[in-house]
Amino acid sequence: MGITRAGISVVNLGLESFAKSLEEQKVGVIHVEWRPPAGGDPEKIKLLSLLERDEVDRANREGIERVLKSQPVLVGIKKALEAIPGMREDMFLHAGPPVTWDRMCGPMRGAMIGAALLEGLADSPEGAERLLRSGEIIFEPCHEHSAVGPMAGVISPSMPVFVVKDKALGNYAYSNINEGFGKVLRFGAYGPEVIKRLRWIEGTLAPALAAGIEEAGGIDLRNLIARALHMGDECHNRNVAATSLFTRAFMPHLLRAGLSNDIVGEVAKYLSETDHFFLNLSMASCKAMMDSLAGLEGSSLVRAMTRNGTEFGLKVAGTGEEWFTAPAPFVKGLYFPGYKAEDANPDLGDSSIAETAGIGGFAMAAAPAIVQFVGGSPQEAIDYTREMYEITVAKNGNFTIPNLNFEGTPTGIDVRKVIATGIAPFINTGIAHREPGIGQIGAGLTRAPMECFEKALKRLAEEFG
Amino acid sequence: MVKKNTYWDSSSLMTISSKLGSLKGIKQVGAVMATEQNKKLLREAGLLTDEAKSAAPNDLVIVIEAISEDAARSALAAAEELLRAGRPAPRERLIRPKSLESALDRNPQANLALISVPGEFAKLEVLKALRRGLHVLLFSDNVPLEDEIELKRLAKEKGLLMMGPGCGTAIIDGAGLAFANAVRKGPIGVVGAAGTGLQEVTTLIHRSGSGITQAIGTGGRDLWREVGGITMLQGMKLLEEDPETEVIVLVSKLPHPDVERKLANAIERIEKPVVVDFIGGNPTLIREAGGIPAGTLEEAALRAVSLASKRRYVPKAFTMRGEEILSKAKAEYKRFSGRQRFVRGLFSGGSLCEESIAILTGLIGPVYSNTPMDPELKISGLQPGKGNTCIDMGEEEFTKGKPHPMIDPGQRQERILREARDASVAVILFDVVLGYGAHPDPAGALKPFIEEARATAERKGRYLSFVASVVGTEEDPQGFSAQVRKLEDAGVIVMPSNAQAVRMASLIATRGKLKGAFGLR
Repeated sequence: MGITRAGISVVNLGLESFAKSLEEQKVGVIHVEWRPPAGGDPEKIKLLSLLERDEVDRANREGIERVLKSQPVLVGIKKALEAIPGMREDMFLHAGPPVTWDRMCGPMRGAMIGAALLEGLADSPEGAERLLRSGEIIFEPCHEHSAVGPMAGVISPSMPVFVVKDKALGNYAYSNINEGFGKVLRFGAYGPEVIKRLRWIEGTLAPALAAGIEEAGGIDLRNLIARALHMGDECHNRNVAATSLFTRAFMPHLLRAGLSNDIVGEVAKYLSETDHFFLNLSMASCKAMMDSLAGLEGSSLVRAMTRNGTEFGLKVAGTGEEWFTAPAPFVKGLYFPGYKAEDANPDLGDSSIAETAGIGGFAMAAAPAIVQFVGGSPQEAIDYTREMYEITVAKNGNFTIPNLNFEGTPTGIDVRKVIATGIAPFINTGIAHREPGIGQIGAGLTRAPMECFEKALKRLAEEFG
Repeated sequence: MVKKNTYWDSSSLMTISSKLGSLKGIKQVGAVMATEQNKKLLREAGLLTDEAKSAAPNDLVIVIEAISEDAARSALAAAEELLRAGRPAPRERLIRPKSLESALDRNPQANLALISVPGEFAKLEVLKALRRGLHVLLFSDNVPLEDEIELKRLAKEKGLLMMGPGCGTAIIDGAGLAFANAVRKGPIGVVGAAGTGLQEVTTLIHRSGSGITQAIGTGGRDLWREVGGITMLQGMKLLEEDPETEVIVLVSKLPHPDVERKLANAIERIEKPVVVDFIGGNPTLIREAGGIPAGTLEEAALRAVSLASKRRYVPKAFTMRGEEILSKAKAEYKRFSGRQRFVRGLFSGGSLCEESIAILTGLIGPVYSNTPMDPELKISGLQPGKGNTCIDMGEEEFTKGKPHPMIDPGQRQERILREARDASVAVILFDVVLGYGAHPDPAGALKPFIEEARATAERKGRYLSFVASVVGTEEDPQGFSAQVRKLEDAGVIVMPSNAQAVRMASLIATRGKLKGAFGLR
């Protein structure tokens, strides 16, 4: 009986002495390290109060149910033009929110030039640049076509793409195939060796992978991610376990697909050398999971976070297809020999779909091997993951973290919580050189800009105001 | 530098090279495992020395480009150090929840939120708590009235209690919240719109040997017309339905007449006895509704205890024997000099101040105050007292940016010294509030200032009388009798309740003239 029925248990916000008094009385109490919400900004607090309502919570619960139910499976490889909805002969997709040629960063311009050369639309980089500047090629974000691509994320019509199907909800997501390390298109390189590599991917690798996937009848990606998290990957900046797991699951099927020894050998070599092979699959999986939030009215959950190297873009479930943008932040990171912070391009790529879905930086506690990027100690990695629980609405039981007593990864970023706590989502990411073609020069971490979330909050509040 | 067959992972090596790179005189650093890929990187950076070129993939290579040999050598030494030291031991850290949501995530059983954040931020936190099914005690002040109404309506709709804003105390299911005393369990349930009033009543119940089921605070504005007593009505209903509650006590400062009528209607429907002390309220209305009006907080407590123990209540102005009261009073006033005749009340408890004004006005006439009954008698709390004065030192002019006098006695200490310099002052009347959250030794903190004030007066040929009451129980962290003893050591007359302290102060200030009013001979 009594007022609280089960016996009183207190949450204390404010004066810590009140919590201490309760402890003295042996009353259960948990003290909140409270700070003024939204940094004390009265305007934002008003918006937050307006959004503190059941409709939003209900929509978010529905959204989270979809995300947790989602079951991405790799079902095939197809040409972008055939696979990706809305793709056209004269269209190049790119990472991040929409961007015009004028505002494109160096690496993305380089990748666009490479794509024009690959497609045979120009025979020199200069010719390609003229074409791209002319407006004859349409640039659209991958995200607006159910697709994602790391770094520049450029996908042109003839490129082969992974086809990932969400077996639970039926939607599809797409991503290009990882080119490996060094001089690669995604970092804006477009020299002959880059084009040659892309042609090999299109002509040799993609058909072989496709044959193996067909033989396998699809490969469950959620399962691979879950296992990789137990093996030290967070599936954004570290994919070596996931790639190994994929290879292990895939090779028997590849061998049964009736390909020549030479081709099997080339594919095996590629898989063994490409630590980030799985990144593109991880991203497509996350995209499939998060697209289940599309059109979820009233929901304050984040559906996409992405960067085009110029701007950071945010999409929220309850605000349709609108992008909330802010200048792309710089990445705080560690550099390869010979490079330093001044060489870095601002944050770039669709790969932050991983954090949007609750892995990557959000699962940092699962990846002790790369904690150098977050300060050096496994404890700090755990702290980062713990902090992300403050801005998410659920724990994903499909993806657990051994180091946190198998707690699920923090999932479902709530715009309201981001604003209230002032904690911006944390993103693990690679660093591209600002000049096209040089490639990756380091890796590190950054935070999504608050400005995007502030804009989204305002729009969400308008729906109820 | 080449270390044969030494494996370090690339991210650790990047950390090392960034540390070395920040040393003085270092232009660039390459720290890598000597794989073909990494050697290519070194070459591009102009760091591929011959030694590095011949290193094998399992070898660790550190190449340093510096402005001088000395700089390079010290960087190499630093590199050796870093490689030997390994990684620093992880710091142990306990991350506390930063929001109500994450606290609930860790403890989903939590069922009450105790909120004392600045008032301007309180609404959002209360909304969150109520929407997640938590009862709320909102200690914070400065919450707009319309927000209070909105939040209380929401709470009521959800069947939750929203105590406050400005609710300083409550005892819910045995837990003393905010400023509360260690009070035993018993048959009496209390609802109060007056913080220290609630503390006075619950501690008097305890010291009379009885105890309480619940002490529900409502916040000071609950009985305003706009709020309409939402929380008090809810609290009454809870206590009515609670099988352990046999007697209900309501305490409040003066309610709005409309609300008082609403409460009277509710009292009429309740079968359990309801004892009511609305300071300065309408006893007839309460009596007609079947309630039992009480004139003071003490009377409310003692009537409730009598009802619960089925004993008759005998009203008494003083608990002590009459002769003793008179001789104590006389021992004080016979030492006064000519002009000394006023009472100055310095309170940490707002309801105790209000009750004192009500009683004093009836006994010795108008009382100036920063919270007067009659707006004409309003003075600022920061002004010196005039005539008979009672100051609520928990009011805004004292607490803006400073701690409440129940926590920090500083302002009261100064005020005592100031009143001592006024030749017209006869008695300084005050309260000492104990309990959780209060100062660990309020009597001890006041004692030297009382002694100094008395010495100041004596140097001018006057005698200053001190009368106090202590709100608390033996079980409180400060211990009731220990605090009483400290005050008595300082020559303070300590009375068993605020009401009796006020009467004693009046008796002394009027140099015994009031003894007839108290039935003393």
